[in-house]
Formats: sequence, structure tokens, C-alpha cells
Amino acid sequence: MFLALGSGTRFLKTIYSSKILGFSTSAKMSLKFTNAKRIEGLDSNVWIEFTKLAADPSVVNLGQGLPDISPPIYVKEKLSKIAAIDSLNQYTRGFGHPSLVKALSCLYGKLYQNQIDPNKEILVTVGAYGSLFSAIQALIDKGDEVIIIVPFYDCYEPMVRMAGATPVFIPLRSSKPVDGKRWSSSDWTLDPHELESKFNSRTKAIILNTPHNPLGKVYTKEELQIIADLCIKYDTLCISDEVYEWLVYSGNKHFKIATFPGMWERTITIGSAGKTFSVTGWKIGWSIGPNHLIKHLQTIQQNTIYTCATPLQEALAQAFWIDIKRMDDPECYFNSLPKELEVKRDRMVCLLESVGLKAIVPDGGYFIIADVSLLDADLSDMKDNEPYDYKFVKWMTKNKKLSAIPVSAFCNSETKLQFEKFVRFCFIKKDSTLDAAEEIIRAWNMQKS
Amino acid sequence: MTKRLQAQRLNGIDHNPWVEFVKLASEHDVVNLGQGFPDFAPPDFAMEAFQRAVSGDFMLNQYTKAFVIIIEPAFDCYEPMTLMAGGRPVFVSLKPSPIQDGELDSSSNWKLDPTELASKFTSRTKALVLNTPNNPLGKVFSREELELVASLCQQHDVVCITDEVYQWLVYDGHQHVSIASLPGMWERTLTIGSAGKTFSVTGWKVGWVLGPDNILKHLRTVHQNSVFHCPTQGQAAVAWSFEREQLYFGQPSSYFVQFPQAMQRSRDHMIHSLQSVGLKPVIPHGSYFLITDISDFKRTMPDLPGTADEPYDSRFVKWMIKNKGLVAIPVSIFYSKPHRKHFDHYIRFCFVKDESTLHAMDEKLQKWKAELK
Repeated sequence: MFLALGSGTRFLKTIYSSKILGFSTSAKMSLKFTNAKRIEGLDSNVWIEFTKLAADPSVVNLGQGLPDISPPIYVKEKLSKIAAIDSLNQYTRGFGHPSLVKALSCLYGKLYQNQIDPNKEILVTVGAYGSLFSAIQALIDKGDEVIIIVPFYDCYEPMVRMAGATPVFIPLRSSKPVDGKRWSSSDWTLDPHELESKFNSRTKAIILNTPHNPLGKVYTKEELQIIADLCIKYDTLCISDEVYEWLVYSGNKHFKIATFPGMWERTITIGSAGKTFSVTGWKIGWSIGPNHLIKHLQTIQQNTIYTCATPLQEALAQAFWIDIKRMDDPECYFNSLPKELEVKRDRMVCLLESVGLKAIVPDGGYFIIADVSLLDADLSDMKDNEPYDYKFVKWMTKNKKLSAIPVSAFCNSETKLQFEKFVRFCFIKKDSTLDAAEEIIRAWNMQKS
Repeated sequence: MTKRLQAQRLNGIDHNPWVEFVKLASEHDVVNLGQGFPDFAPPDFAMEAFQRAVSGDFMLNQYTKAFVIIIEPAFDCYEPMTLMAGGRPVFVSLKPSPIQDGELDSSSNWKLDPTELASKFTSRTKALVLNTPNNPLGKVFSREELELVASLCQQHDVVCITDEVYQWLVYDGHQHVSIASLPGMWERTLTIGSAGKTFSVTGWKVGWVLGPDNILKHLRTVHQNSVFHCPTQGQAAVAWSFEREQLYFGQPSSYFVQFPQAMQRSRDHMIHSLQSVGLKPVIPHGSYFLITDISDFKRTMPDLPGTADEPYDSRFVKWMIKNKGLVAIPVSIFYSKPHRKHFDHYIRFCFVKDESTLHAMDEKLQKWKAELK
């Protein structure tokens, strides 16, 4: 587990303190006040730890995936107008605001080349995070196995464990790039035999993430076909996290595994407003899939948050219509954002390489990971019992005022060592942020020489 | 797929009354006094706060495999949430004492039997869910009643989860008391609040829970493994709205003074109007809602269409929607299945509605009254 060691013991100390209640039954008391078993060991969280670290305003934060670029003007304007409409400040339809599910149905109908029922085949959730939660709670049972590809967005593992299921891990492995060629996210692949060995009769689902966080890998048609074949052979579900679906760079194409033969009926595909329109604070996401799966996610929704925020959903619907109408236009945000980010990606690659960090050029997403071991930084000051990349990031934040996220945070305990030389940088940042990062890197370079 | 798809935790919780009644209300030409949302404007300062928030940058309580005492009638989600967490709900009902002929029943007349309540606590009781002011009844638990609950919680070492979303909506000079403020209770109480009910912005979906860190830390763990964040603008707007209210706290221009005053008038208007057709309102001392006794209708029209096992109040509401153009919610949905047959003669109305809605209600009631003659 990628958990920090401190928090578990701290919790025990607090619970067993007899100062809390003056009862003689303090041992019995402490048992009652303990947490439910389902969250045992899930209390630590890398974001909470590293966001605190990067909160110092003098630090250039390339850690958490938070765009500091402005969202499109029309998106903000819509929300502003909508906030003034009384009825849009009250409850809306629980499974998704009607105008939003209609817009999603239209957009994804085009992408799936099939009609998608807005009421039965779509669920709007609190961020894609909420979709992951609802899908896992709805479909994964105690004792099930769920295949997770390493590195993985960190919430997959605790969510699977919280459902009482067992995560089964398989790492992406890299071939060394051919001489002269840049190291690319496409060099990282799954071994088909190794992958098949992870499937058995207890496998309920595999979680796929394409484009991938943190690597930026965009799975090819062939790679997805292998996964699809296994899902069908072993009769498993596929939860496909496609939040970065629009962020795909030149020479690459995003494929939806749900469109492959035999896959629609067993796949939940997750999307995100935050990533689509650079509005991560809106926390609107969605799940798309066949009714026989979506209806169970809807049951979870109606027994948890019931409904998502109305004004945000309406604003999102209106923003979607603007871009749906001009999907072939370079001005369409779905086209303009990846173009804008590709320039930033290339700049970031150069910057990282200029200081001796070996970058893996991502084919998609808004993160880039780099091998930091060649720098041979002096990390003797840092805590001993942490992976190398945790120490490196803390050292870099403290000494270079540049923050990032350690990639071993995206690994389970067994694979941490494989990835502890890598650090993840976010490049969906405005030019002034990247300029500030560049300055730091230049100074760093000069110090070295 | 041949495997069973859904997780076991969904067993028995797939049906939801709101989905059914909200749909029905949308299919007919009705005055909707069913679902609890204001159909008038939120206060200006809240709207402005949200506007400002635009240019700026999920409560899940899960219970363990143990018993959870739920006081009925109860907001309907408490039971399925308990079940989904693998817990066992244990119900205890508020019961009305008999009233004099000609008098109106009141929510304070509905009480817990202390002996019965005490009997529900066992060594495996993990939590008790309290809701004050209560939905659907509108009961505001008195200090004495809360002291009884508090002493039992302490005696049996139970966590109290108190849903106080309607805390600012109390009438007739009644006082809302937070059980967490009673001696010995802060360390074992989680108090839940809602921006939607505080500022009449149910669509913002911002709520909060207050409590001691040693319990709250577990809610944070669930939070970080479920929704992780709540929408930023909504929270900013709620913060600014509270700051504004703090400046006016206790003064006549405070929203927390004006809003309950206005809603008390709406409540009184509704109580007066509903009686004209033979509905018998139970006077609520808090919340958005009042319930009305429909026993007379049950006597005179016992055979209304519905599915087998459908409680009378549900059939009555559907009849009323289709024939009288008024939407209410059957109170039996706020009871556990075994108790529904004892409480199938009440329906719930929401009076937190615009003047024009209440006038539209009057028109429907006048028409109904004329048809009774």
C-alpha cells in the first residue's frame, strides 16, 4: 500500500485516549468509535500530503492536475447567467439534469455511432471520481477480483478495497527506446500473456484508463482488442476511465473500447467536465453504458448523493451545445485545447531534458513523467523510509521550489520499486507558470555546471 | 454477461419513491406541493455570492455491520443507506396522543415512548439517527426530549447522527436545540447541515457535517475515496452568504429571521386552506412540511386504484394528482415496511412555495370543495 506510516498509529492513539470519555468501559467505548472495516488502511492520501507541501506560494506547482489556464469564456458566462435563474438553483433530476443528459447523448451518440438513451444509458455524477465510486460500489462485490494496470490513478485501489474486493495488479512495461528516438508513452505496453494470467473466474472487472494518467499512454486499437478479447473470454466487465479523451496529440487517436464488438454490453465509460472544459472545480462527471449496468449505478446514486448541482449541469449542457455544433471547427474547444497543450507538452519535454531529467513523451493527457535518477540528487536530508521519488519530490519542492508528484504514488506496494525513479509533472499550466518553471530549471542547470 | 452484475449491497434498495413521484408530477398538470424545494427566488445575496463565485476557482456517512436506531417517520434515505453499509436499521415510532374533537393535531403531540426507546438499545447498537426539525412531521424536539435521547446514547455508548438541515426553519417561537451542545454529546455526535435548506438553493448540493476530529477523520477517508471534492463555486458562494448573515445575525433583516417568518405565514395559509376539503393538518413547528390526516377520505373512499399492497396514502396521492391537480407525498414512504400499514392515512405537503403557487393551490382546493357538495 502506498500509505504513509504515520496516520494509522495516530488514529489508534486518539481512540484509546481515556480523556475522551470518563467511562470505565473505555475499551468497549473505543471499539464503538472505530471506523468501519471497509476504510481500514485507506485513510492516507497522496494528494492531501503533496498539496499541503506545494501550498507555499513561492513554489511553482506542477504537481496536482489542476489547470491554471482559464476555462473557455463561454463556459463561465453560461454559469453566471444561469446562477440568476431561480429554478436552476433548486433540485433537478437525480440521474442527470435533462438538458445535460440530452447534450451528452447527442455528443456521445456521434462518437459511439449509435443512439444513446439519455435517461437509461447515462448517469451524471460528482466528478469522474463519483462515477468511479458509483460503478465500483454498484458492480463490485466482496470477494471479487478487479484487474488494475500499474501505474494507476491512485483512487482505483482504495475504491476497489472499500468495496471488499481484491485488486490484482499488472504493470505496464517499457522497452528501451531505439537509439536516437525519444522515449514515448507508446513504448510502455502490457505483456499479453502476463495480462491473461491475471484473469480467472473471480475476475469481475478490469479498470482501463486511456489516455493514461500518469504515463500519457493512448492505447492503440490492437492493444484494446487484446483487452476486449480477454473481457469477453472471461466474461468480465470493463470500467473505462476516459476523462482525457479529448487530449490526444498528433499522430494518435483515442479509441473507445465500448465500441468494439461484444463490449458495449459489459463496459462503463467515464467522462469528466473538469477535464473536457478545464473546470476541475465543477465536479461533474458521467458514466455511459447499457441500461442493465447503468441502472445499478443509478441505485447507488439515489442512495448516496441523490442528485448533482443544478446550475453547473445546466451551464455545462449549454457549453456542450456550443462545441457540439462546431466539432469540425479548429475553434471547437475539443480541438483547440489539445493543440494548445501539445505546444506546452513539447516545451516541457525540452525543459526537463535540458536539466538531465529523462522524459517520457506522452501521447495524450496533461502529464509527463521523467526519470530523475540520473540527476543523482543529494537526498540524504530526506526521510529514510520513503520511496526515492517521494524523497526527490520533497527535496525538489524544498530546494528548487518546484513541485511534482512521485509516480510510486500510482503504484501498489509490490510495484513501487519499479517506478520509484519517476516523477510526474503537469503541463496544463499558463505560460507564466511554465516560464517560472523554466527559470527554476535554468538556475538548477547553472548550479550543476 | 452471465454473472450476476450488481453487488449484494444493492439488494432491496433499488426502488426510490422520489423517482416515482417526481415523474408522476411532471406528467400531469399539477400544483406541485410534493418534493421539498422552494419555487421562489433564493435571497439576493446568495445569488450574488454565486455570481461572484463563478469567477473564482458528497455526504456520505457509512455505518458498520451493527444496529442503527432510526426514529420514524424518517427521511427515506436513512434506511437504504444503513442497509447499503451492511447495517441493520431498528425502528422506533413517534406516536400521536389522542386529541380533542375540533382541535388540530400538532407535531409536538407526536412523541417517543421513553420505555420503548430504551428497549431498542442493545450492546450492538452503533448509532442513532435523529432529525430535528423533523421531515415529514415538522416536529422540533424539545430540550427534554433531546436529553432523553442523549442519556441513552451515553449510557449505551452510541454515536448520534443528527440531521439538522431545517435548523433555521422553526415557528411559533420554538427553539431549535442541537443535541451536540448537550453535556457529554459533542464527542459522540455528527451534526449535518445543508446550504440548500439554509439559503433556499437546493440545487447547489453543498452540505456539511460537524463533529469531533476522531470521528470526522473517518468521514474524510470515505470522502476522499468517493467524491473527493465538492464544487468550488457552490462552497465559495455558501461561505460568502454565511459571512453576510453573520453581519445581520439576530437582526430583523437577517435571512434567518425573515425567512422563517415568511414561511410561518405560508404554513398558516396552507393549514387554513387544506381544511376546506376535509384534510386535517398536523401543525408543524419547523421544517418545510406539514402532514395531513386523510382518515375521513379513507372511510368514505376506501377503494382507490393501486397495486396490490400499495398503502392507502399512496393511492390517495395518485388519485389526488390525477383528479384534483395537487401533488403531495404519501407519509407511508417515511416508515419502514412493517409499519406502513399503521401510518397509511397521512400525506405530506410542502409549503415553502411562492405566493402564486399557494394561490394556485387555493384555486384547486376551491374546485375540489365545490365537487364535494
